[in-house]
Formats: sequence, C-alpha cells, structure tokens
Amino acid sequence: MRRLGEYILFLGRLFKNRESFRTYTKLILDECVLIGLNSIVLVSIVSVFMGAVSTLQTAYNLVNPLIPKNVIGLVVRDLTILELAPTITGIIFAGKVGSSIAGNLGTMRITEQIDALEVMGINSASYLVLPKIIATLLMYPFLVILAGTLAIGGGYLAAQYGGVLPPAEYFQGLKLEFNEFSVTFALIKSVVFAFLVSSISAYMGYFTKGGALEVGQSSTRAVTVSCIAILLSDFVLAQLLLI
Amino acid sequence: MIEVVNLTKSFGDKTVLNNISGVFEQGKTNLIIGASGSGKSVMLKNIVGLFTPDSGQVLYNGRNFVNADRDTKTDIRREIGMLFQGGALFDSKNVEQNVKFPLDVLTDMPEDEKLDRVNFVLKRVKLENTNKRMPSEISGGMQKRVGIARAIVNNSKYLFCDEPNSGLDPRTSIKIDQLLQEITDEYQITTVIVTHDMNSVMEIGEYILFISNSQKLWEGNNDDIIHSGVQELDDFVFANKMMRRFKAMG
Repeated sequence: MRRLGEYILFLGRLFKNRESFRTYTKLILDECVLIGLNSIVLVSIVSVFMGAVSTLQTAYNLVNPLIPKNVIGLVVRDLTILELAPTITGIIFAGKVGSSIAGNLGTMRITEQIDALEVMGINSASYLVLPKIIATLLMYPFLVILAGTLAIGGGYLAAQYGGVLPPAEYFQGLKLEFNEFSVTFALIKSVVFAFLVSSISAYMGYFTKGGALEVGQSSTRAVTVSCIAILLSDFVLAQLLLI
Repeated sequence: MIEVVNLTKSFGDKTVLNNISGVFEQGKTNLIIGASGSGKSVMLKNIVGLFTPDSGQVLYNGRNFVNADRDTKTDIRREIGMLFQGGALFDSKNVEQNVKFPLDVLTDMPEDEKLDRVNFVLKRVKLENTNKRMPSEISGGMQKRVGIARAIVNNSKYLFCDEPNSGLDPRTSIKIDQLLQEITDEYQITTVIVTHDMNSVMEIGEYILFISNSQKLWEGNNDDIIHSGVQELDDFVFANKMMRRFKAMG
C-alpha cells in the first residue's frame, strides 16, 4: 500500500512545476523514436509469427467437418484484435521498453544525474518521465495497429503456404461478423497498457537506491510489475467493456 | 553569503547533523571537512535542498530556503551550480550539450549566444576543442572540469562541490582546487566544498568548518587549523606521516 501511495504521489509530481512546452516537444519526439520506432522490428517479427501460428493451431483444433474452414480467419482476426495484438505486444513492450526506462532512470539516479537536475531547479520527475509517458501513449497504439495488421498478414501466409485453407476462404473469414467495437476495445487497451508500462517502469527506475545491482533489480521489477498490471487491467477492461 | 543556522538532520534514530551553524561568505572558498561518514555530504545536500532538514535554517543572502514556497525555492536553485562527486554528467549528451543544458532549459537565450557562453566557460576551465566528445571519452579530471563549467555557465551565485578531488591524482586535484579558487575569486561566487583531502584544506581553505560525530567541532581557516587545539581535528589533519612531520617542524 505504501508503494501504491508513493506511485500516485509520483504521478502527481509529473504535472507540478513543469518546464516550457518547447522543451517537452523535443524530448517527446526523441522518446517517440527511442520507444516507438526502435520497437517496430521486434513487434513486427513477433506479430507475423503470432498470426501464422494462430492460424495453424486453429486449423489443427478445427476437426469438426461441419464447421466451415473460413472460421479460421474469423478466429485469427478476433484473437489478434481482441487479445494478441494489444496484450502480447504489451508484454513484449514491457520487456523491451519498460526495462529500458527503468534502467535508464535507475542509472541516472545512482550517478546523481537526477540530483543534478533537482539542484538546477528542474522538476526531474516531470522533465525525465512525462515525455516518456506521453511518447509511449502516442506510439503504443500505432504499434498495436501494426501488430494486428501483421499478425493477420502472418495468418494469411500460413494459410497460403502452410496449405491450411485457401486464401480466399481466409479473407472471407476475416470479414465474417466483424464487430467494429473490437478495434475500439483494442485501442482502449493499448492506451491503458502504455500508461501502465511507462509509469510503473519510470517509478521503479526513478526511486532506485544503491548501485549497479539495484539498477538491474529495478529493471526486473519494472518488467514483472508491468506484466502483472497488464494482465490484471486486461481482465478488468474485458469485464467492464465486453460483458 | 549563505548562513546555516542550527541545522539538524536525522535518519531514523541516527542523528547525522546536530545543531550545526556556519557562515559561508561570498568570494571565499568555504570548506566543510570531516572524516568519512561524519555527515558533511548530508550537510551539503541539506543546504542545496536535496534533503529537508528536521530543523534549522539555510539562508541564501537572507532568503530562508528551507521554509520557502516552491517558486522562491526554484528561484534560489537557479542561482546554484553544483559539482557532484562523480561529475554527474548526462551520459547521453556530449560535453557541449552538457554544459549548454542549463541554458537550454532555464533561459530563452538565442542559440549562438548559448554557444558563445559554452565556449567561454569551456575555455575558462581549459577544455577547448572537447565540445563534441562524450563524457565516457574523457578522463575523470576532465569530467570534473566539465562539471564545473556546467555549474558556472548560468552565472551561478553559489557553487557547491561534493568531493571534487575524489578519484583524481594529486596533481590534477591541485589543478581543480586552483581552478575553483580562481573562479570563486573572479566571479565573486559563494563556494562551498565538501572534502576530506588535506591538500585542498591547506591550499584553498579560506573558511573551514570541521564536523565530527554529527557536530561542528571547529571553524577557522587554513592558517589556524594546525594550531586548533581540538584533538579530533588534530587526529584528522595529522593522520598521515608527512603531516605529523610537518607539525613536528613547527
């Protein structure tokens, strides 16, 4: 509970005594490159294989001859949009970006770089953390859209080259009983996950005490807590918005 | 001028600073000395606001920093430059960007003026032509000089240094000490240095405050220190053989 209180106070500090808008604009753009663009390759690779494997496994489990093959496209589409793209990408994101944020801030803390900012009269929490959170909120939904698109593309590749079903049926399945709210739901989830991963990782890194060992521990804790937070919020959002 | 009045700070049950007072005058190199763990760095962090004292006052030219509102604290902090023990340079920025950083964030100065100012202070700390080098590419002594340049680039009125000589060889240490004294004198800054380096004490200690067991035991200057008559201070000052010989020679 003490940690939760600290975390909430930390979030409050982000909006107090901020620097100029111009300062943040440049920082946010830099963070967008670091957080978003540098994650594209990893997210793309994972997504293509995630979609391809989903197609193969759905086909493997679809043994009833009365169920048409195009259902595979429908299953892959809903699975990808509702769960795999936002959640699995979120967990990958927590591993890559969350650990980087915590490690970066933790190192700055133990080498007194954060103290240097404070002594200059700069709100270090706001200066260092707010751009990371905003950049994550801006970039993560794009990564989720990219992940969803590529996963469906990966499913197509598996259908085409794995001999599971004809591509025409796969596309037919993709269009079957499509509910637009699935996309809205995925984007809502992406914003929530982006906030959780960036803010939790920043909190863990910012309050690191000790030396190099503790920086490593903060990074590990950031990934662990972010993943748990993603899974919990995934359940809560599904319960609130889908049921 | 900075006045510290009855400063007290505890961590849990342990009192690290007990009712310490002192006056750090403008244009002087003021030293806080003491053995490792005596509380001198904690005192510095209380003075610059990185820690909040349990009681006592820190007055910057009469303005009480401890109880000041956020805006006043920010105003005072923007008059402060600090050199940290490890330099605390931003490792993602090169030398020029590190030194320019306070100007980028805290001023609306045009870019060419900023660069002129950065080049001026880099020249002042004898680091010309290092603008594009990264902190990891320069020596410890150079990192300290970049730290000093960053601390004075914004025309700071107060300069704080936490163990400026740690990790440096004796010759580089003396150069850093001389640089700090020159800058203090030239720009009439109030400089406060935390150190346990006896060379620094003897070289630049215009005002020395000695802390032991959480308390101020002595204050004076480098001329008086060898005749202080305070046993703890004598044990600290004459800890090595060379200083003992020096004392024996009178």
